[in-house]
Amino acid sequence: MSNPLIDMEKPDVIFCIGTNMTECHPVAATRLKKAIAQGAKLIVADPRRIGLAELSDLYLPLRVGSDVALLLGMAHVIAREGLIDRDFIESRTTDSDAFLEHLVEFTPRWAEEISGVPAKDIETAAIWYGESGKAAIYYTLGITEHICGVDNVQSLCNLALMTGNIGREGTGINPMRGQNNIQGAGDSGALPNNYPGFQPVIDPANQAKFKELYGREIDLDKGITKVTALDLCGEEIRAMLIDGENTLLSDPDRVHCEHALRSLDHLVVIDIFLTDTAELADVVLPATAFGETDGVCSNTERRVQRLRAAVPPPGQAKPDWWIVCQLAQRLGFTGFDFGEPKEVFNELCSVSPIYAGLDWERIDKSEYQWPVPDKNHPGTPRLHEGEFVNGRGIFSIVRYRDPAETISDEFPVWLTTGRRLQSYHTRTQTGRAQGIDYLLSEEALEVNPVDVEDWGLRDGGWCELSSVRGSVKVKVKSTNRSPRGTVFASFSFSDVPVNILTGSGYDPITETAELKVCPVRVDPANDSRLET
Amino acid sequence: MNLPLPKQAATITLDGEEVAFTEGETIYEISERHRKQIPTLCYDPRLEAFGGCRLCVVELEGARNPVASCTTKATPGMVVRTATEDIEKHRKTLLEMVTSENRELDVDSLRGYASQELTRLVNRYEARTGRFIGAASGTTNTDDKNPFIFRDYDFCISCYRCVRVCAEQEGDYAISVMNRGFHTQITTEFNGALRDSACTFCGQCVQTCPTGALADKKAMRAVEMPGEIEKTRTICPYCGVGCSIDLLTKEDRIVGIHPAMDGPANEGALCVKGQFAFDFVHHPDRLTTPLVRGEDGELHEASWDAALYRAAEGFRRAGDTHGRHSIYGVASGRAPSEAAYLMQKFIRVGFGTNYIDNCSRA
Ligand code: SF4
Ligand code: SF4
Ligand code: FES
Repeated sequence: MSNPLIDMEKPDVIFCIGTNMTECHPVAATRLKKAIAQGAKLIVADPRRIGLAELSDLYLPLRVGSDVALLLGMAHVIAREGLIDRDFIESRTTDSDAFLEHLVEFTPRWAEEISGVPAKDIETAAIWYGESGKAAIYYTLGITEHICGVDNVQSLCNLALMTGNIGREGTGINPMRGQNNIQGAGDSGALPNNYPGFQPVIDPANQAKFKELYGREIDLDKGITKVTALDLCGEEIRAMLIDGENTLLSDPDRVHCEHALRSLDHLVVIDIFLTDTAELADVVLPATAFGETDGVCSNTERRVQRLRAAVPPPGQAKPDWWIVCQLAQRLGFTGFDFGEPKEVFNELCSVSPIYAGLDWERIDKSEYQWPVPDKNHPGTPRLHEGEFVNGRGIFSIVRYRDPAETISDEFPVWLTTGRRLQSYHTRTQTGRAQGIDYLLSEEALEVNPVDVEDWGLRDGGWCELSSVRGSVKVKVKSTNRSPRGTVFASFSFSDVPVNILTGSGYDPITETAELKVCPVRVDPANDSRLET
Repeated sequence: MNLPLPKQAATITLDGEEVAFTEGETIYEISERHRKQIPTLCYDPRLEAFGGCRLCVVELEGARNPVASCTTKATPGMVVRTATEDIEKHRKTLLEMVTSENRELDVDSLRGYASQELTRLVNRYEARTGRFIGAASGTTNTDDKNPFIFRDYDFCISCYRCVRVCAEQEGDYAISVMNRGFHTQITTEFNGALRDSACTFCGQCVQTCPTGALADKKAMRAVEMPGEIEKTRTICPYCGVGCSIDLLTKEDRIVGIHPAMDGPANEGALCVKGQFAFDFVHHPDRLTTPLVRGEDGELHEASWDAALYRAAEGFRRAGDTHGRHSIYGVASGRAPSEAAYLMQKFIRVGFGTNYIDNCSRA
């Protein structure tokens, strides 16, 4: 997030797109509700009539995967109405002329045709956002899990840049992170293109620095992403070390993924449960869990926080850091003789400019948001104040593209996937917390009541959901949350592995999977054995 | 633009001492800063002041009656006395009235974060009598089979903190108030089960309740467990908001969660996952020993030594036969940063490649 969580209480206009915040980031949503109570206007763009849409002043029900069209239409209106911030554009950005030129053809009417959002609502949204002194954008995987994920994000950046809604209190472009330490994993350098602290591996200065630090030559090229690595399993890739991730359930195209992992010569999984993925491993190493591990994590607002152990782990489970060190030492690698997590974290701080002012003691009270370049620095709650990290903000020329697969006669329905409030990701944890089942015991496909009728389904009955890749059986839930022609399921339950269906494509730049869009067919399933 | 000149700080006289305040501060907030320990029951610093219990009253010179310090904003020159004999007597009487509604005063602290507030005040004012034997406000709702929130309105003192936290903090309006006085009852829509209301089971009502009338059912299972309750500050293991929590432990078990009121990301708020979904940690399915796949194709328990040997051998062999680009590492978005740092170091130092990623792409 460019701005701190506390800023969520401060905008005049809030634009939420592709985020089911009340379910996925509930405590962040409570802050937005406070802003709304104080009079802020809320615009929500989402294919589904989610909880946030119910709270909104303006709801834009766009067709799945049409975000770029909607955002281009909004940018067109902002430019046409003269709502751009000329001072900001002049002093802080480049390439604005070409961009403004580019916008001319993307009228709200054009955007309506693609996105299904009425042109007059696109106008209103654009004018609210453009006129506001403090407008903030929030988004999640609904924006990134598309083949055009990068285009989506750039379209949002364009809106913020043209109106100067960045680098100030109550503004910004704010992605909400889904997992407790997904930010920290990136900060720490677990990326094929960056060393720790987002230092690009292709930069000669960084190459020299890490050669010195790590005492060996490291490839000068970027590595491959996990997605590519899975594609190459059994060919180039022969052995994998996977730390705590139920890849099989969370990745798109489960059949492909399982096949990939099975074709490895050697798979080692570190985890706290024997997940579907761990079941495929040659060696499974038991890790300590939340409440058993001392360490550090980094949240969605870049706040670096301490995790503390309170209870001993079960049996012989060991902390992840210890396990990796042991493995490294067995292989004769040097630089892995750490005695406690504090030493590991302090080494990370010493190699990462964004953590340079931090150490184990200094983060004790969760006070710092990175970058913290030195020990006298107070941290950076708000990015891009006064200056962008890379100099000037760059407008990107973005065009609308269809999703990798679009609906057809054979697969006439849009499926979109996500999470639910009561369960988390693949339920390896919430599924084992007592009581959660009372609130959410099984998966159900959310279908518009009219479609339920038209497609010959029954609320609470079973249906068969198929895509080009496969099919799953799932119960039907009739609800107005789903618009006509679009259905929703979460990927939380292993008995309804919707990721058998998804996986039609990847963003060409980030290789993020298109999990949010998949054409499917919904047929009634009359298998009476299933009618329990 | 000309900034106004700094004004002489405004002051009030608090128990004979002149103290400065910022515009908008209440008498209660100023007194808190000066450690006056004014008792409160309907007050939660995160919520709009409500002025319902009148326990926080103070003497204000010039005012005919004592005023509620939690709702009265300070104005320059006020002369306030926070604990005169009359005021203290009034507070004791009030507490005696309140406790007359409550059959049980010694509630277990596992019921919730604020559950001890009333008990502590009753002890401080020695107000344990049964002088106002009357009907209790509301009755226990034992029909609600939800696994998280226990509703025991025998304990309720109608401070409305639960209702207010739900509306103001959560914006959910799942609970409300029926009737007034001794007939007051905190209830859900249609007086039904919470699951059928707008309730999201965030547990905030439980944590603000000063009497234990609303209680954490999961934590209460540990009331009989031996051992002292210890608290450890950490971060919720679920989403990226990064809410601060206090783990409550007894011996070697996590028995409950308190939201951290001073947590920077959440300021006391939590959701159902952070509040209630902690016990996966002690689930019998947890892996307790390394497992190694045997000749028979099954996973078998193994010693750390054997498992690490086997794990290392596989990587060595892959590297030797297929080259260093045959090995790939995937770091976790759930484990601490030390794990991710060492995973990338393992790949970069060990194999000299950038064949490392985390799970953010899916
Ligand atoms: S249930 Fe608790 S918080 Fe709610 S009104 Fe009664 S005493 Fe106050
Ligand atoms: S309590 Fe809820 S909102 Fe807060 S970090 Fe945990 S899952 Fe996220
Ligand atoms: S605390 Fe002030 S009236 Fe209750």
